[in-house]
Amino acid sequence: MSGITHFRPSTATPDRHTVLRAQGIPDEASVPERVAALVDDGFEIYSSTVDATGIRAEISIEEFDAVYRGEGQNAPRTPLEGIFPDAHGLALFAVTVGEAVCSEIRRLFKTGDPALGYTLDTIASAGAEGLANAMARDYQDTVSRSNPNASHVRVLPYSPGYCGWHVSGQKKLFRILQPERIGISLNASALMKPLKSVSGVLVAADRESHDFDIEFNFCTDCAGQECRERIQSVLFDTRGGQ
Amino acid sequence: MDVLSEIAASLRNGDDNRVGQLTQQAVDDGLAAEEILNNGLMSGMRVVGELFRNHDIFLPEVLLAARAMNRGVDLLKPLLAGGDVPTIGKVVIGTAKGDLHDIGKNLVGIMLKGAGFEVIDLGNDVTAERFVDAAVESGAKVIGISALLTTTMSSMKGVVDLVRERGLGGEIHTIVGGAPVSKDFAAEIGADAYGYDAANAVEQVKALTGV
Repeated sequence: MSGITHFRPSTATPDRHTVLRAQGIPDEASVPERVAALVDDGFEIYSSTVDATGIRAEISIEEFDAVYRGEGQNAPRTPLEGIFPDAHGLALFAVTVGEAVCSEIRRLFKTGDPALGYTLDTIASAGAEGLANAMARDYQDTVSRSNPNASHVRVLPYSPGYCGWHVSGQKKLFRILQPERIGISLNASALMKPLKSVSGVLVAADRESHDFDIEFNFCTDCAGQECRERIQSVLFDTRGGQ
Repeated sequence: MDVLSEIAASLRNGDDNRVGQLTQQAVDDGLAAEEILNNGLMSGMRVVGELFRNHDIFLPEVLLAARAMNRGVDLLKPLLAGGDVPTIGKVVIGTAKGDLHDIGKNLVGIMLKGAGFEVIDLGNDVTAERFVDAAVESGAKVIGISALLTTTMSSMKGVVDLVRERGLGGEIHTIVGGAPVSKDFAAEIGADAYGYDAANAVEQVKALTGV
C-alpha cells in the first residue's frame, strides 16, 4: 500500500542558516548585505514555486532485496546490505520540491543570474533533503506507534547512487513505488526529474546497526563522507528515553 | 578613481547596476571595448578570484561579481571585434555520463569565464565520446568532468582513457571534480588534475594550459 503526502511549503523550506552553510558561509560569519538580499530573493522565488509532494510504500525485506540488487551493479560490499536484512521495517519513498523550482533554477543560470540561480539551487536541495527527513520522521512515528517497545529503533533514508548502491537500483524502485504519480520520472540514466527529488528506502533498524566503519572500497574515493553526520544523528537521538 | 578602477571596484562589490552604468559611461567616454574589458571587468574579476582563493569572500559574492561582469560584457559584446570576447583558452566542461547534477559544473564554468577562458559547456550526462569530440573540434586543451554521485564517478575514467586511446594525451588535459571526487581518485584514474572547488579548478586549468 502506498500513500501520497502533500507537504506544507514550510516543511520543504530549509532554515536560513542551513542555506548559508550550504553556500560555505558559517553560522558565526557576518553575512554581506548583498548576499543576505540574495537569500531573501531566493526564498521568495522558492516559496512561490515549491510544490512539495512525497510518496511512500512499505515493502518486505524479501521484496526489497530484489529492489536493492537492481541490475547487479552494486559495489561488492555496501553498508545497506548489512543493515536491511535485519530491519524492523522498510518503506520505499520519493519526495520532490516540484519541477517549477527546477525550471526557475535553469532559467536563472541561462539568463546570466548565476548568483540567484545558485541560491535557489541550495534552497531547493536543502528543501528536498528536508522532505526526505520529514518522510523518515513520519515513518519513525508509524513504526513507534505499531511497536511501542521499539524505542531503540531509528529510521534513516538510504538512496541509490550513494554508498555503493548503484543508481540503476532506481529502476526497480520506481517500478514498485510508481513516483510518476507525484510527477517524478526517471530518465535512461536512472536519474530523476525534477532534479530536486530524493528517493530511496527508509530503513527502520536498531540504532547501532546504522553505524558502519568507513572501510568500503568506495569510501576511499568519497571526499564528502556525509554518512558520518547521518549516522551521528541516529546514534545520539535519544527519543524514546534510550 | 578612474572609470576602469570604479568598474573593477563595483564588480568586486557585486553591484551589477553600477557596473552597467560605468561600462556605458566608459564606452561613451570613448574608451576601447577591449580596454574596458581587460582593465575594468577582467581586472575586477581577477581580484574577486584572489579574494575567494584566500577565503576573504564567499561563493555567492563571487557569483554576484559574475552577474555584474555579465552585465558589462553584454554591453561590450557588440563593440568587440566580431562580437567575440577575447579569451585565454578553451575548456570543454560537462557532467559525467549518468549524472544530471550540474551546479558544480556551472560554478566552474562561471569562474573559468571570469578568468578569461572560453567555456564549451556540454551540459549533463555527457558520454566520453562527446567530451573528446568537442575538445578536438573546438581546439580546447582541457576537458573538465564533474560528478556528484559516487556511482557516476567511474565514467570519468572513460573520458581519461579515451583521450589516451586517441593519442591525445599530451594535447588535451583532463581535470575532474565534484563532491565525492578526491585527489587520490583523480590520480587513480589518471586524470591530469583535480579541482577541489571551483576556484581551485580555475587555478588547475591555468596550470595545465600554462597561462
